[in-house]
Amino acid sequence: MNVTLRLWRQHDQDAAGRMVSYGVDGISADMSFLEMLDVLNEQLTAAGDDPVAFDNDCREGICGMCSLVINGIAHGPEGRTASCQLYMRHFHDGDTIDIEPWRSPSFPILRDLIVDRSAFDRIIQAGGYISAPTGAAPDAAAMLVPKKDADRAFDAAICIGCGACVAACPNGSAMLFTGAKATHLGALPQGQIERNSRALAMGNQHDAEGFGGCTEIGECTAVCPVGIPLDMISRLNGDVLSALRHNST
Amino acid sequence: MSMAVSAAWGMAKDRACALSLRLVRSPDRSYGEVMVVSNGTGQRSRALRSSVLLHAVMAVSGLIMVLFLLAHMYGNLKIFEGRQAFDGYSEYLREVGEPLLPRTGVLWIIRVVLLISVLVHIYAAFTLWHRSRAATAGAGGWRYETTKNRRGVQRSYASFTMRWGGVVVGLFVIYHLLHLSADYVAPGGASSSPYQRMVNGFSIWWVVLSYVIALIALGFHLRHGVWSAFASLGGNSSVARRRGLNQLATVVALLILVGFLIPPLVIFAGWVR
Repeated sequence: MNVTLRLWRQHDQDAAGRMVSYGVDGISADMSFLEMLDVLNEQLTAAGDDPVAFDNDCREGICGMCSLVINGIAHGPEGRTASCQLYMRHFHDGDTIDIEPWRSPSFPILRDLIVDRSAFDRIIQAGGYISAPTGAAPDAAAMLVPKKDADRAFDAAICIGCGACVAACPNGSAMLFTGAKATHLGALPQGQIERNSRALAMGNQHDAEGFGGCTEIGECTAVCPVGIPLDMISRLNGDVLSALRHNST
Repeated sequence: MSMAVSAAWGMAKDRACALSLRLVRSPDRSYGEVMVVSNGTGQRSRALRSSVLLHAVMAVSGLIMVLFLLAHMYGNLKIFEGRQAFDGYSEYLREVGEPLLPRTGVLWIIRVVLLISVLVHIYAAFTLWHRSRAATAGAGGWRYETTKNRRGVQRSYASFTMRWGGVVVGLFVIYHLLHLSADYVAPGGASSSPYQRMVNGFSIWWVVLSYVIALIALGFHLRHGVWSAFASLGGNSSVARRRGLNQLATVVALLILVGFLIPPLVIFAGWVR
């Protein structure tokens, strides 16, 4: 199949970017979206042009590196699918496909389709951990975790931190990411000691990074490649309000 | 368990926890800096200005106004009991609480609470609106070059008209207070009888039309507002609860829309005169 790509080219953080059209021929429907971009880059390199820079790593939907807004939807038209797990069979011969980077002032564009997501690292740094004593491994049954809590923590922990929630949010909010990371630890007994300070610190860092507030629209959950539910945000809201009520920090 | 963590269990004070943890770690460990980030002073006062708290403030002030609307709607439906009952209810609202409170005391308490709610709601809304614009380079959901899927994947009409819809409702409230409360704007003729004011106003087609448009805007505002108020306060605890809160919001929005639409429509139809 042949497709036309309109994609964002930007030389570096300070340069002005623009949409540039490229035709790509000989695409197999079994290729992944990123393999299709590899074909484009081979064409560009052979022609002596700069290849298109895009983030990718595992290409199996678990690392959270791929970050493409495809036809205006973060990670493209398939639900619960990262860009790397999207296949060309979901497109048609002759399609024009628009590809852009995540757009958020908190995620500056480094080059073409690559954005700097270190704002997420700083939110994790602010409180996305538990303070545990080091030493010998603790007895596995020393601290019992109810199945319900373990499941809840796991549902939150599957967040791959790709940033699609920010890319899709009309408010540019990262509350789904922050809520998932706070819930992942706050649902477990080991995370209770710092539950209040974690909620305040991560919530504050979220705002300090310039992300907007959550108006409960739910666009983030619709594009999330791992299906983090919207209640993670409400849980963080509740934890922040509870921390403020209990004067714990 | 190390000294630090047992101390933290005992004191249950996170700052104390951070302090003791820093004491047991060697200064060259990079973890020390992490602890300062999370437990530095001022987290609490910063959280008081956070988007999370502003949304909670918005939720509480909004829910106060919803409770008022339900009571207001109930009072309006007394139009079916006739002029005497309707004007009598209006008089009762001025007398209630006497002699413990002065005349119109309860009414003024309600007015002050509502005024504070409205002002706080507007302040929070504009602050959050400003932050949202800053976080999307002023373009909101339209910040992509592509013109495809500009309406997103699943967002509702109610959810993306909250801000301008709120402005419409706010302007309507001013018009409504000047019309039926202050009797200052009096299409169809002024009157000292609240019943007569309603009948005079709603006998004119454009007055009815303006109220219908405003109430539909209010209905959309409440459809998303009631659900998001509970979610902002931490009430959305599961996928099932998300569904339940959305159903509650639909019921509240429809109840208020229909309950407020009935009096103007029956008056316009001539069934109440």
